[in-house]
Amino acid sequence: MSDRISVAKTYKLYIGGAFPRSESGRSYPVVDAKGTFLANAAQGSRKDARDAVTVARKAFPGWSGATAYNRGQVLYRVAEVLEGRREQFIAEVAAAEGVAVKKAQSLVDTAIDRWVWYAGWTDKVATVLGGSNPVAGPYFSFSLPEPTGVVAVLAPQQSSLLGLISVVAPVIATGNTAVVVSSQDRPLPAVTLSEVLATSDLPGGVVNVLTGRTAEIAPWLASHADVNALDLTGAPESTRADLERSAAGTVKRVLRARPSEDFTREPDLARLRAFLETKTVWHPMGV
Amino acid sequence: MWEYAPAPESRDIANLKPNYRMFIDGQFVEGAGEPLKTVNPGTEEVLAEVSTAAPADVDKAVKAARRAYDRVWGRMPGSERAKYIFRIARLIQERGRELAVLESLDNGKPIKESRDVDVPTAAAHFFYHAGWADKLGYAGYGPDPRPLGVAGQVIPWNFPLMMAAWKIAPALACGNTVVLKPAETTPLTALVLAEIIQQADLPPGVVNILAGAGDVGAAVTSHPDVDKVAFTGSTEVGKIIQRQLAGTGRKLTLELGGKAANIVFDDAPLDQAVEGIVNGIFFNQGHVCCAGSRLLVQESVADELLEKLHARVSTLRVGDPLDKNTDVGAINSREQLTKIQQLVETGDAEGAERWTSACPLPDKGFYFAPTVFSNVSQAMRIAREEIFGPVLSVLTFRTPDEAVAKANNTPYGLSAGIWTEKGSRILWAAQKMRAGVVWANTFNRFDPTAPFGGYQESGFGREGGRTGLEAYLDV
Repeated sequence: MSDRISVAKTYKLYIGGAFPRSESGRSYPVVDAKGTFLANAAQGSRKDARDAVTVARKAFPGWSGATAYNRGQVLYRVAEVLEGRREQFIAEVAAAEGVAVKKAQSLVDTAIDRWVWYAGWTDKVATVLGGSNPVAGPYFSFSLPEPTGVVAVLAPQQSSLLGLISVVAPVIATGNTAVVVSSQDRPLPAVTLSEVLATSDLPGGVVNVLTGRTAEIAPWLASHADVNALDLTGAPESTRADLERSAAGTVKRVLRARPSEDFTREPDLARLRAFLETKTVWHPMGV
Repeated sequence: MWEYAPAPESRDIANLKPNYRMFIDGQFVEGAGEPLKTVNPGTEEVLAEVSTAAPADVDKAVKAARRAYDRVWGRMPGSERAKYIFRIARLIQERGRELAVLESLDNGKPIKESRDVDVPTAAAHFFYHAGWADKLGYAGYGPDPRPLGVAGQVIPWNFPLMMAAWKIAPALACGNTVVLKPAETTPLTALVLAEIIQQADLPPGVVNILAGAGDVGAAVTSHPDVDKVAFTGSTEVGKIIQRQLAGTGRKLTLELGGKAANIVFDDAPLDQAVEGIVNGIFFNQGHVCCAGSRLLVQESVADELLEKLHARVSTLRVGDPLDKNTDVGAINSREQLTKIQQLVETGDAEGAERWTSACPLPDKGFYFAPTVFSNVSQAMRIAREEIFGPVLSVLTFRTPDEAVAKANNTPYGLSAGIWTEKGSRILWAAQKMRAGVVWANTFNRFDPTAPFGGYQESGFGREGGRTGLEAYLDV
């Protein structure tokens, strides 16, 4: 054993590029797979969620208006910084998920590569999903994918980093901004990811991360009028139908949870498509 | 007119070395060819000596590329290839200033262009294609499109680093290995790119870069173990290569010459059009295959436009490529300067009206003052042939149909420009253009996401975008 006493980290929320404690002053203990205490996490509240939506909305024009190339560069930068924190993530994932170090390594490596995969999509989504429409008339018509807006993401409860990255990256790659509720019992990798995002040229407010009780925070996001879409992946099964009903209040796009989604498999475009609108433009053609 | 103090970029930043060697199988090696001396066209001074390839070296490079393809690169998962290519993009960005200065020294282009266009576009090309490496199944060529094998690539001297990027990035992303030959007069940035590829730790043989003249290029494009040939350069050489490959079944893409029409309608925003016309023909000294070298102006605004154009062109500063205030740099070689001079003389002889900017030119180096010919008719050589220099030919038209007919009256078909405030007319004219790239109310825009390439004798195949991947896939 080392003689030195290590400095323990305070795990906080990530809102608007800053790391506040919950405005409620609450926290809850986080334990590892064996039940040993790891840290206290902030227990986010309704007000924290609303604050997060406000800054996510503020960040939307800038982020969605950035060139796809620029977004790609920023996201790739996130991957570079993730790689630098690889050892820290391996330790946190091993502790959170109770897996062997080797398994944790593989999960972290896949998570970093997943982030790179989505970074490469920023400037390719439009060419794959958009196109011109050969309308029967003297018009030039084309359809383009555009980000839907502010997306509330209920992150997977089990996969603390790979699952989290697999649901956050596709949301922001296309220009949306996100309010993420982390895994309730395994929130620490999410806070460390926030530290990566905060130091990777990602504008503040593009991703906001709340830790706390998913069932407590989710309804406020599902019914929030300034949220455009809702990812139910990490919603407790008993709450999903209610959340979907709340989302109908402002006709939110809802990505339903897929039963036992395996995040180690290479994804398809479903998560990118889920938070895109299609805009069709017409213009007359003629002398 | 404002006075400008010189604002020279420091030549030291280029880290110029007295000798450069070729890059084969992951090593820098001497070739058995006669070494060439590369010259700074801005001063006529020798910059460096570069080792060149003999036929045996070409063979060695192709063998190394084949080995790397069979053993490593062709079977590597796309997600791993992607990370190598991202590294190259980042290293180009990190060494951007060095590359820009070296490019301006070796090529003669103004530093503001190498710094703001060539180098960033080269990096962007690698960045964009890195992302494709693990997404090829989404590109529209079937679920698992396969690479071709070894790509032999020959590039011109007008955008040395950028052309290398346009060639190498998609080839690697699709899983091919590469033998590339840069132009005889501009080999340096490609050989620094080789250094970058070494720093990025690419497996040996994945990229091989040879130096030399046309004979080395011919040895690369005609090598029997090359699966795909990509050539950017003159239409004349493109035709020779197409003949060479006839019957071999090898895949070929060609990006050749052009004689682009830049059409100005009477409702165009004239000041904006003037900027676009100037950019279209004087960017990179007019050494641009898609240059807007034929200006077609609607008769009713021709006098007004020409007056504005002369006034604007008079302000262009011609001179030291390393001066940040320079608008038009040096012509790349004495040979090219002579070719421009000869074609300009035919313009005089055939009765066009010549106007030349009165700007001062440096005493040493290869320079040509910006020149505008008016009263040009379609039959004149300066209206038909690619001058590849800072020389604009102005023709007029009366009706939109006449503009279209004149614009398309060329065996080329690389690019076209349209200037009008009317959106419907832009789309109408764009549809009528027999050209691969059409710019409306802008000119000379390049982006890795936007396919680039020509119709007719400007070549076939596209570079960039989803479409550009086809050139490097077995589809």
